[in-house]
Amino acid sequence: MSVLNYVESERKLEEAIYNKKLLSGEGWLHTLEPGEVLRIVDVEGNQAADTLFYDADHPSDHYSAINTIGRQRNIYLSTGSVLLTESGKELVKIVADTCGRHDTLGGACSAQSNTVRYSHDTLPMHNCRDTFMLQMAKFDNRTTKRDLAPNVNFFMNVPVTPTGGLRFDDGVSAPGYYVEMQAINATTVVISNCPQLNNPCNAYNPTPIQLIIWDK
Amino acid sequence: MINTVSSIITKTIPAGGKWSARIQRGKEITFTALEDGANVSILLYNADDTAERYNMPDTLKAQYTAFLTKGNVLMTDQGRVLASIVEDMVGWHDAISGYSTRLMIDEKYGKTTYQENRNEWYRSGEENLMVELFRNGLTTSDLSPVINIFSKVFCDEAGNMNFVEGHTKKGETVTLRTEMDVLLVLSNTPNPLDTRHTYQSTPIEVKIKDAEPVKENDICLNHRDENRRAFENTWEYVMLTKGGIQ
Repeated sequence: MSVLNYVESERKLEEAIYNKKLLSGEGWLHTLEPGEVLRIVDVEGNQAADTLFYDADHPSDHYSAINTIGRQRNIYLSTGSVLLTESGKELVKIVADTCGRHDTLGGACSAQSNTVRYSHDTLPMHNCRDTFMLQMAKFDNRTTKRDLAPNVNFFMNVPVTPTGGLRFDDGVSAPGYYVEMQAINATTVVISNCPQLNNPCNAYNPTPIQLIIWDK
Repeated sequence: MINTVSSIITKTIPAGGKWSARIQRGKEITFTALEDGANVSILLYNADDTAERYNMPDTLKAQYTAFLTKGNVLMTDQGRVLASIVEDMVGWHDAISGYSTRLMIDEKYGKTTYQENRNEWYRSGEENLMVELFRNGLTTSDLSPVINIFSKVFCDEAGNMNFVEGHTKKGETVTLRTEMDVLLVLSNTPNPLDTRHTYQSTPIEVKIKDAEPVKENDICLNHRDENRRAFENTWEYVMLTKGGIQ
């Protein structure tokens, strides 16, 4: 497994069963049935799509960044990567990727981490964790804040160096780049289209993403 | 007087062992490797509100690091400091490899059973942590990325993860200082990326005693501006819930 496994999709837009533009700062929660395919498109480039996954049949079993990167012995996701839960269950497999850099370690922005990373006066600013919490609060009374686990940041560039450095770089993504994943088991996907205004990862300009689903 | 409890608490955690404890703010927790090649997987929670816990991404990104050593702090999802790393002879503790699972242990080292092997059977981080979490009223949904004390895993330019054999030597120590009342949960089990072909777990010692108060020149407080702001968030919380920061 290497950094970029460039694979274009042959799926056609007119055959999609779902197509939605998600503005920055907005959230989305959707359950994929086994075999269904979700494409996330970075419409204008350098956007971060913060994404959580849950076993739809057992929502207490959340996506595990560590199980996922540990099994493939690589911290980056690309075509062929299988996203696993904390218990080791396979949720989705990435089947197409034209970007090649998706972060597994940076997590989501929150009001509280913004106060640490930038300044105390950023506390009121909109952030991904609030979006996640609102989506989960509206979805299902069985989930709580305890179910928030480290998420995937599709299209976000967080290089880790051999000496252990970790930083947030300008995105390597560009307008129209996409990543496509197929559900292996029924999977609830929660996305926060990142509203961050303090970080160069999105050129300080959050933009929309497009969410497209096919039934196979 | 029936007070026979020492102010210094020392625990030896055997190979494959597990432990959990609620530990007050203002304590030093020193981990000592009693043999070469130790690995201890730990999780930390706010003892008063376990929904608040050690957060790997927030800890790493705020300090621009993919590993932990002296000067670093362990942050919660609420932008506060659970504990600071105030001393470290090892220089690199792994934050990205997680705990060993039952499946992984069986596949890698061969299946063992209690029936056959009695207490020498190969324990997994997964089961040890599940038991200790459950003991403290938590469930598997509270599992999240651990810190593997004493282990080094680095990434090459392509993102491949590499385990370093023999990273920690017998007698080496690392010391945490608690900045909040914490629940500490630990499993003394192999690192999941350990490249050795036999089950390697060695005993460790955990020693807990009172810490000196945090001074203005504290290395963890001054490591980065981000650390200071996380301390400020913590002090505000302690002021609100405990009535003061001393």
